Amino acid sequence: MYHYNDFDTAFVRNRVAQFRAQVGRRIDGSLTEDEFKPLRLMNGLYLQLHAYMLRVAIPYGTLNSRQMHQLAMIADRWDRGYGHFTTRQNIQYNWPKLRDVPDMLEALADVGMHAIQTSGNTIRNVTADHFAGAAADEVADPRPVAELLRQWSTDHPEFQFLPRKFKIAVTGAKADRAVIRSHDIGIQIIEKDGETGYRIIIGGGLGRTPMVGKVIRDFLPSADLLPYAEAIVSVYNQLGRRDNKFKARVKITVHEHGIDEIRRLVEERFALIRSGFSGVDQQLLNGIEAAFAPPAFDAAPIGPYAAAYGADPVFRSWADTNLSRHRAPGYAIVSISLKKHGATPGDASSKQMRVMADLAERFGHDELRISHEQNVILPHVRQGDLPAVHAALKAADLATANIGLISDIIACPGMDYCALATARSIPVAQEIATRFDELKLEHEIGPLKIKISGCINACGHHHVGHIGILGLDRAGVENYQITLGGDGTETTVIGERAGPGFAADAIVPAVERLIRAYLFLRSGPGETFLQTYRRLGLSPFKSALYDEVRADAA
Amino acid sequence: MSREFTPKVVTANDLIEGDAIWLTEDDGWTRDMAQAELIEDEAHGQLRLLHALSQHSVAVGAYLADAQLGECGPQPVHFREIFRTRGPSNHAHGKQESA
Ligand code: HEM
Ligand code: SF4
Repeated sequence: MYHYNDFDTAFVRNRVAQFRAQVGRRIDGSLTEDEFKPLRLMNGLYLQLHAYMLRVAIPYGTLNSRQMHQLAMIADRWDRGYGHFTTRQNIQYNWPKLRDVPDMLEALADVGMHAIQTSGNTIRNVTADHFAGAAADEVADPRPVAELLRQWSTDHPEFQFLPRKFKIAVTGAKADRAVIRSHDIGIQIIEKDGETGYRIIIGGGLGRTPMVGKVIRDFLPSADLLPYAEAIVSVYNQLGRRDNKFKARVKITVHEHGIDEIRRLVEERFALIRSGFSGVDQQLLNGIEAAFAPPAFDAAPIGPYAAAYGADPVFRSWADTNLSRHRAPGYAIVSISLKKHGATPGDASSKQMRVMADLAERFGHDELRISHEQNVILPHVRQGDLPAVHAALKAADLATANIGLISDIIACPGMDYCALATARSIPVAQEIATRFDELKLEHEIGPLKIKISGCINACGHHHVGHIGILGLDRAGVENYQITLGGDGTETTVIGERAGPGFAADAIVPAVERLIRAYLFLRSGPGETFLQTYRRLGLSPFKSALYDEVRADAA
Repeated sequence: MSREFTPKVVTANDLIEGDAIWLTEDDGWTRDMAQAELIEDEAHGQLRLLHALSQHSVAVGAYLADAQLGECGPQPVHFREIFRTRGPSNHAHGKQESA
């Protein structure tokens, strides 16, 4: 796995020392909040409703067991014994004290982690497919490119004051598990005539004006990646609107100028700066790629797996739901659900973090991943070891068999934590999961993505949920608006608004009506909710949501 | 005609702990909203807010929030402010822990 070099280490340590001094000056009164706020945000420290929140980057979602153990230690020592994994492949601590944050950052630096550029109008934590390096359908591991982009963008002098935040995601597979079409730049590694290169997509985003990203270059030779990315960001840096925060993201720039004009400007800029990249970046990339070389896979006997699969229905259900195909024979990708029915999506206790770290060390080539769907992945597990892994997960309350199902919900922190929220999202997720667990319907319903945000900023990706839920404040009462038919994969679609919102006590019954309508309308068990929706459109679902209610009111 | 003034409290977050605090009549800060000063006059409210905003070393992000008089003192009106007196709903953390 990739390790920080001396430069990175010194940079991170330096940053911690600087921030320690800044916190000291804030506490002794020599810095006002107005002066301090941009400094704390640069180091991932937010102020929420009940406490500070520290957001720690997990670049391209990759962790080793030592780092996971350290995250657990930090949770115990300075927080409330748990952490919250987010859709941006970060971990958030919800209860740090201002005084302790420099120590927390120091402890992170001890394992090569930090909170730099997790906030502010900079290029944020670069995210990647959480199955990177393991997925059977992959052209190439996206993480070396993500790491190259991280190195290029960190403290890049030209890009510290962009018009707005800037998010990049990379996938190495055709199946898009990194939501690249909802990012400022989405990168897909592709192969053309035996050559590896990139498809570059720009201008995607969610938030108050959701947009699907557009292809700006269908095939970019791999050597041109950094100059091309730099050209995009610098065109945006000049053209992006600084007069209106709500129109400042690159999605609006692309929308206002048109993709063709943006492409022309980017190509022009690219032609100008390309020669400045002497190839050092490519040498760097080669070095990074070597650090990401796959572990030595050895196909051990899968006997115990077959036996457990035949004998233990609980194991079988988990295996059918939570495993994905690995590129190496005899291996599997394990998704550990952080969505136990009724629990907070994405929360893990320090004890659970330690169990997952130990499993990675013992059975998983020491690798862990955090998915944007707020779950944890053991990317490389021998099939023969799966029964042992499952048993350990079960003992730690981590063996919920619901990956990709209705209770595998993405929910942002909402008004339980976030100062910007207009309503809560976590309790809605908890209630939906609990309800469908009671109904014992979720395996019958099959693949379904519910995504919930507590305000229009859309941190919970609700626009790209098959069922999206947006929490709003309607005249001082929590109200939930439903969107349908959204999709965050390679066939990205922004969901359609179904109609008026629902009160907090009516949202779960509304979702239940939608699901019952789907089960009735689908052509067979093989047709997913999204396929049925695409076949029939909004209207029958709208009836399911509203007709009955109207009849009641009449 | 301007809208009628509804009673308010001045609230903020504590600089070190980050938790919700409210301004009291004697220029102190309390962690219990019922102890806060209930402001019933608009001009007085502006003065109290200005005072709170000058308390850099104690309070962060002070603002006026709607409140009403309850049995034990001022109470929140909006659900966001209710949550701030209590803590999150998914874990028994924050103020509800010591309540
Ligand atoms: C203190 C808490 C948070 C604050 C203040 C915050 C703020 C924001 C804002 C203002 C936006 C809208 C940006 C725009 O449209 O220009 C946004 C978008 C977004 N945030 Fe958050 N957020 C918070 C927590 C989170 C969490 C917990 C996650 C991950 C679960 C997250 C992930 C995202 C994503 C995925 C988007 C939408 C994609 C985009 O267009 O950038 N945020 N956030
Ligand atoms: S969507 Fe809104 S409520 Fe949810 S985390 Fe983002 S800013 Fe907060």
